[in-house]
Amino acid sequence: MSAVIDDHGHADHAHGPAKGLMRWVLTTNHKDIGTLYLWFAFSMFLLGGSFAMVIRAELFQPGLQIVQPEFFNQMTTMHGLVMVFGAVMPAFVGLANWMIPLMIGAPDMALPRMNNFSFWLLPAAFLMLVSTLFTEGGGPNFGWTFYAPLSTTYAPESVTFFIFAIHLMGISSIMGAINVVATILNLRAPGMTLMKMPLFVWTWLITAFLLIAVMPVLAGCVTMMLMDIHFGTSFFSAAGGGDPVLFQHVFWFFGHPEVYIMILPAFGAVSSIIPAFSRKPLFGYTSMVYATAAIAFLSFIVWAHHMFVVGIPLVGELFFMYATLLIAVPTGVKVFNWASTMWQGSLTFETPMLFAVAFVILFSIGGFSGLMLAIAPADFQYQDTYFVVAHFHYVLVPGAIFGIFASAYYWLPKWTGHMYDETLGKLHFWLSFVGMNLAFFPMHFVGLAGMPRRIPDYNLQFADFNMVSSIGAFMFGTTQIFFLFIVIKTIRGGEPAPAKPWDGAEGLEWSVPSPAPYHTFTTPPEVK
Amino acid sequence: MADSISLKKLVTRLLVVVVAMFAFGFALVPIYDVMCRVFGINGKTAGQYEGEQIVDESRQVRVQFLSTNSVDMVWDFYPKADQLVVQPGAVNEMVFVAHNPTDRPMSAQAVPSIAPSNAAAYFHKTECFCFTQQVLQPGERIEMPMRFIVDRDMPKEVKHLTLSYTLFDITARHPPVALNTDR
Amino acid sequence: MTRHPHVWMGLLLWSIFSQAQAAWTVNMAPGATQISNAVFDLHMTIFWICVVIGIIVFGAMFWSMMMHRRSTGQNAANFHENTRVEILWTIVPFLILVAMAVPATATLIKMYDSSESDIDIQVTGYQWKWHYKYLGQDVEFFSNLATPAEQINNQSAKGEHYLLEVDKPLVLPVDAKVRFLVTSADVIHSWWVPAFAVKRDAIPGFVNEAWTRVDKPGLYRGQCAELCGKDHGFMPIVVEVKSKPDYEAWLAERKAEAAQLKELTSKEWTQQELIERGDKVYHTACVACHQAEGQGLPPMFPALKGSKIATGPVADHLNIVFHGKPGTSMAAFGKQLSEVDIAAVVTYERNAWGNNKGDMVTPKQVLELKQAESQ
Repeated sequence: MSAVIDDHGHADHAHGPAKGLMRWVLTTNHKDIGTLYLWFAFSMFLLGGSFAMVIRAELFQPGLQIVQPEFFNQMTTMHGLVMVFGAVMPAFVGLANWMIPLMIGAPDMALPRMNNFSFWLLPAAFLMLVSTLFTEGGGPNFGWTFYAPLSTTYAPESVTFFIFAIHLMGISSIMGAINVVATILNLRAPGMTLMKMPLFVWTWLITAFLLIAVMPVLAGCVTMMLMDIHFGTSFFSAAGGGDPVLFQHVFWFFGHPEVYIMILPAFGAVSSIIPAFSRKPLFGYTSMVYATAAIAFLSFIVWAHHMFVVGIPLVGELFFMYATLLIAVPTGVKVFNWASTMWQGSLTFETPMLFAVAFVILFSIGGFSGLMLAIAPADFQYQDTYFVVAHFHYVLVPGAIFGIFASAYYWLPKWTGHMYDETLGKLHFWLSFVGMNLAFFPMHFVGLAGMPRRIPDYNLQFADFNMVSSIGAFMFGTTQIFFLFIVIKTIRGGEPAPAKPWDGAEGLEWSVPSPAPYHTFTTPPEVK
Repeated sequence: MADSISLKKLVTRLLVVVVAMFAFGFALVPIYDVMCRVFGINGKTAGQYEGEQIVDESRQVRVQFLSTNSVDMVWDFYPKADQLVVQPGAVNEMVFVAHNPTDRPMSAQAVPSIAPSNAAAYFHKTECFCFTQQVLQPGERIEMPMRFIVDRDMPKEVKHLTLSYTLFDITARHPPVALNTDR
Repeated sequence: MTRHPHVWMGLLLWSIFSQAQAAWTVNMAPGATQISNAVFDLHMTIFWICVVIGIIVFGAMFWSMMMHRRSTGQNAANFHENTRVEILWTIVPFLILVAMAVPATATLIKMYDSSESDIDIQVTGYQWKWHYKYLGQDVEFFSNLATPAEQINNQSAKGEHYLLEVDKPLVLPVDAKVRFLVTSADVIHSWWVPAFAVKRDAIPGFVNEAWTRVDKPGLYRGQCAELCGKDHGFMPIVVEVKSKPDYEAWLAERKAEAAQLKELTSKEWTQQELIERGDKVYHTACVACHQAEGQGLPPMFPALKGSKIATGPVADHLNIVFHGKPGTSMAAFGKQLSEVDIAAVVTYERNAWGNNKGDMVTPKQVLELKQAESQ
């Protein structure tokens, strides 16, 4: 294997990729690996989406029609795990692989062989995870937050596979993050100072530090579970002197930074896209960097706001409430900056811009509901209801997912050398936009009216809005197959893309031809 | 790839952080335990009481006793009285009864918990059956005393306390030694 | 309230929009306690603050989307920072947050009030039901989902309180401070009644406290709010709040029931004792028809000696004595005889005249049957 990968970066720059399947298995090229990550993420997005379709089909009407509660719980669990660890995170790693070297003028990622390994761990992990659905006791059924003791003493046999899958995903993410940090800190072109880096690079640098800090904690958490299940320890079992609530503290110590891991890179991408289509520099670059860092820091001291009803003493509730409210300040700064970037610009609304603007507005709505959830006494009413489901889907779907779509349309010409079909792109946007809002906005209503989350059946008073939600979800889900069609069409042909297809775009990635050659910046560019 | 030495250094440092954070995940266990005992989080009671207490005649606190069996636990397990009215500073005793109705020896662990949480740090047990595992022979019935002191420093607004015990069957994990137990 | 899935989208949309307005609830209800009203006010305050901020920010964005388009011939300005504005929009949101935190803190402190309560109830979560124990009152019971499986499986029409109905509700008096001590016997559950703004996790091995004081009598419904396994969606909570006299009456009744149960279960009846007592009962209540030797007077009055009922399953035998046999002269003795007498006579019949089944029915079993029937 070493013979294939060793020589790149030395003599044969002019050579293209190897031929056949082995190109992908053995590749150490950041563009190839980025492509692999993106395809993997998209296939997981469709898989996790199909689980969501099962959930929404069951919830289309009251009563049990399609699946039984056991399987329903497996679907909610797998939907969460696959979307978080299989779709959103790998998609961002894919974007990082493709774009960070191009943005900072590096020839490749700093650790190309590790890069290959961290990708190939993922299919193995998800094969293991998804295969549990076909085992006798069924797959994980304890929610993606896998609270003990439901996930330990009361778990199906497959929990061990789940734990190993999480370990593999964690190792993959950590290696990916180390690679990103090493690339950004060591491989910048001369003159590319930290404060000249595009915001996508900045947000990814901060995200990578978050990953390095919290993925090991998740690994520790599942290791403790493993020991409780198989080696007789009692970390999370009250019977042996442990504490189930400790699990939640450890999990959310990972879990809250994790939600920022899923949004910060999107912040970065949108901070490139909005200026490009406003034809105006980003407003408040420096404050954007500091706001991102502030959000990352605060994410470490707010975890217990997920646990307001577990019985935390008053001072604890107050501390976590205040700390959580504080996050609104840097987040607000970001939104105001984006709005100011658009202000008095010369705006056009190509597909990336549509997704980016929808990102800002809908993410803010998710932020508002987040603000409401931060208010501890009110959270007693919201906690574990569909209001929470609405909240985090508003930050993750128009946040992470729309951010990824915006990035994909923005950089597709660079990746494929072809312009995507603008009409189809816009259609994709509008169908996604309408479907998404139809699916998730009514969830606010049923949540406030008292519908708990993670239930397969509900009272008739929730029926109408659930039907609307399901229709919206089917619409959103089907639309994404349409996206696949658009991407394939763009790869196979279309109007040839110039090196810089967007007149307002800035950055080194637009200085190389489209499609980007297999090797770029083998001699570092000079950044003024 | 200008300076590969610094790359190596950087990666090494990052790996050290990874290992440290993995260890930190485990370190959260004792950290959490300390936090719980200091702030009474999650109803963990204060440690063994040291030093003298002068009985505070001026106030009374109602202490309630709850007993819950974990779902697979078949023993009878209950306090002899539902509640006691006590004075802070005084040593009090409550007797819990346990009975093993089965025809096999079993071991059990009682897990204590206090509500409200702002009182937990002021509840001191001087003697408790929850400090050790209990082993009962078939049909055996025992009375288990527990002694406690409510701290004089407990906030004045706390008028009542609840001490709850949950009894878990731990026979599978800690098989009882047949018959000659050191009881 | 049943709805029919329509194939055609138009019909479907029409059908949903023509449903009762009540089903389109979009907001939280104020609830039935001071605390829940305070929470509702807090919720609305923050909601409106968010709406105002949203209108300003989104308004500015829509304004630039309309007015600053390239198609309107707009040339891009080139500003990219303004320290004064940036400081302003850091400080102003901070002040708004402080304004939100003040009432939130006040409400939270009220919720953590630990003053003396009038009633203490232990709430224990089980997979998948709730158990309530009135502390110091010797009253305790399980509360199970009462919705029939046929409704869940769409074999019969769903009732108004589909999935939100239980066999035995928790009963509370109005205007009394009730303290809940919440714990669990297996996994983590969460006891939630929206009308009280009470939601507390039930955690195995730990006890959590919450309280409420309900302003008006009525039925209040809630559900388990923490994923607890297969039937998480099927463990509702129903609280019936009664006037104080009604509550006292209810409690007295439950206490009497409990005392009765205690009495019956405190005495360990042996088979011999039951047979002796059953002998007497038989010869007063049954002998007229079934005759002294159990031979009966067929065809009107069947024999018990060697009969299918008296030598068949205990449950069927008990059932026919308890409920009688409609359309025949066999009466329902469930309401006529005491638990002990029913248990005794069934045990006697199963063992007399060479029936010799060797089994028995205890008074406790009869009481349980009676209590199950009275639901």
